[in-house]
Amino acid sequence: MFSTSITLNQFIVAIQETLVMVGVSLLIGSLIGIPLGILLVVTRPGGVLESKLFYSVLNPIINIVRSLPFIILLVAIIPFTRMLVNTSIGTSAAIVPLTIYIAPYIGRLVENSLLEVKEGILEAAESMGATPFQVIRYFLLPEALGSLILTLTTATIGLIGATAMAGVVGGGGVGDLAISFGYQRFDTFVIVVTCIILVIIVQGVQSLGNYLARKARRN
Amino acid sequence: MIQMQDVYKVFERKGVTNEALKNINLTVNKGDIFGVIGYSGAGKSTLIRLVNYLERPTKGRVLVDGKPLDLFDTKQLRAMKKNIGMIFQHFNLLESKTVFDNVAIPLVLTKTPKTDIQQRVTELLEFVGLGDKAKSFPNELSGGQKQRVGIARALASNPSILLCDEATSALDPQTTRSILQLLKRINEEYNITIMIITHEMSVIQEICNRVAVMEKGEIIEQGTVLEVFGKPKHPTTKNFVRTVIQDSMQSNMKELIQRQSAQQRHQLDANQQIQIYKLEFVGEHASEPIIHTLYRKYVNVQLNILFANMTEIQSTTLGHMVIQLKGNNEDIQEAVAFLEDKGVTIREVKE
Ligand SMILES: Nc1ncnc2c1ncn2[C@@H]1O[C@H](COP(=O)(O)OP(=O)(O)OP(=O)(O)O)[C@@H](O)[C@H]1O
Ligand SMILES: [Mg+2]
Repeated sequence: MFSTSITLNQFIVAIQETLVMVGVSLLIGSLIGIPLGILLVVTRPGGVLESKLFYSVLNPIINIVRSLPFIILLVAIIPFTRMLVNTSIGTSAAIVPLTIYIAPYIGRLVENSLLEVKEGILEAAESMGATPFQVIRYFLLPEALGSLILTLTTATIGLIGATAMAGVVGGGGVGDLAISFGYQRFDTFVIVVTCIILVIIVQGVQSLGNYLARKARRN
Repeated sequence: MIQMQDVYKVFERKGVTNEALKNINLTVNKGDIFGVIGYSGAGKSTLIRLVNYLERPTKGRVLVDGKPLDLFDTKQLRAMKKNIGMIFQHFNLLESKTVFDNVAIPLVLTKTPKTDIQQRVTELLEFVGLGDKAKSFPNELSGGQKQRVGIARALASNPSILLCDEATSALDPQTTRSILQLLKRINEEYNITIMIITHEMSVIQEICNRVAVMEKGEIIEQGTVLEVFGKPKHPTTKNFVRTVIQDSMQSNMKELIQRQSAQQRHQLDANQQIQIYKLEFVGEHASEPIIHTLYRKYVNVQLNILFANMTEIQSTTLGHMVIQLKGNNEDIQEAVAFLEDKGVTIREVKE
């Protein structure tokens, strides 16, 4: 049938690497990005914790990090990566730039989701004498939940794309497999299989996200 | 209960200033259902938002329970807001939460124990007639039901004031009436002072005891509903009153009468004349048989009723009538004096 240069085991390892990279950077990225998004919403002009200084510093920083192509970011922060995880190659080394790449992205997406919450909800919250923390906890987050789930779905799929480039720092993963074995060694079989695997993962993530969002939105 | 003293509110946006409120002075007494009516952009929402300090006055003072709000710090303001419930035109319910959880929110914010929340929310839902909807979500409810949830939520923290910003404007007339009846019950049973914003005079007519009419950021008229309905002074007020009380004839009717009078005048005796008068009577005068007495007592005056309308406001009757009197001048003047003596406001209508 096809003549191929890699084993089934290599595929399985690659899938595991992708899942680890996506999972860990998504987790840490969310832990940074979600508060970031909340901060952007509450400190913006007219927000419940309006702060011109904070907003006008945070906002451009996020824009700058987001405007860097991932491949540049990946290389540019190698010294920082080494400092953090004691190595500049391998899966854990790839997680650092992936996290830095995705956190501001999540921040921006979360900001957009929260801004979709109707003005009237905030007015009601304010009329009840809710504290800024209560506004976030009991009004903003629950009302935006469906949209936030879709946001994280989008971020996850963006991350899966970015992991393909992680090969540059030896991060491994399905994308890396496609490039280093399939593309560079003209192994069509590897290209086809890795593409199928990526399509399945992306489809799966999107369907799960849609399902959870629908449940959160109750329709 | 609520006082505004020389309040001004100026909005400034990109160098453009907009004087939304000018020289507002008003007092809402305990137990009032105080209505504020005005056309779109008159500043009604801005006015009501001053009461719970969602909006701060640029100049002047707002007092609630005799306490000036400008002296409160953030914490005191939050405490004050718990004493003031608010409902909205678009309900502003949390779509992601059940009816029960929506009503429970103000209690959750004050860290009320779960069992107390359970009891209070159940009681409130029962009160607003939604005892069976606790587990429903807002998108499963009709507009009227949503507003009932809004009302239950506003009452959860046991406020002494309820603010309603266009609370019935998104509802059909029948639902509006049932919501208004509910508000009236709240006012009577819980002794909650209500301030209600609307652009519909029928809302004022139905439940308010006092009213302020607003135009271009100013209060142009205020007083008891009976006063304002009975003797509207400002043209805008008259327009509003006319939406619920027909106080004059329709124009085709008027033309017909003018033509008839002109004809009759030709046939009049030398000392006879025809006059048309507009009558207004309030309260007990409306139910007295004044017209009957007039008819019996002043036999030399021929009485012709051209238009009559009775309206009930605050369980007082307000009557409007247009009559034609035919007779000689002295007799007519005597009849007019009789009517004035009976407390009827009478005005000659010139053709
Ligand atoms: N936050 C704001 N910033 C700037 N201008 C405002 C703001 N809120 C209200 N205004 C202006 O103040 C004026 C009064 O607005 P307000 O909403 O109080 O009117 P309203 O009587 O409630 O009208 P409607 O019946 O349409 O609700 C309007 O000219 C409006 O544009
Ligand atoms: Mg308004």
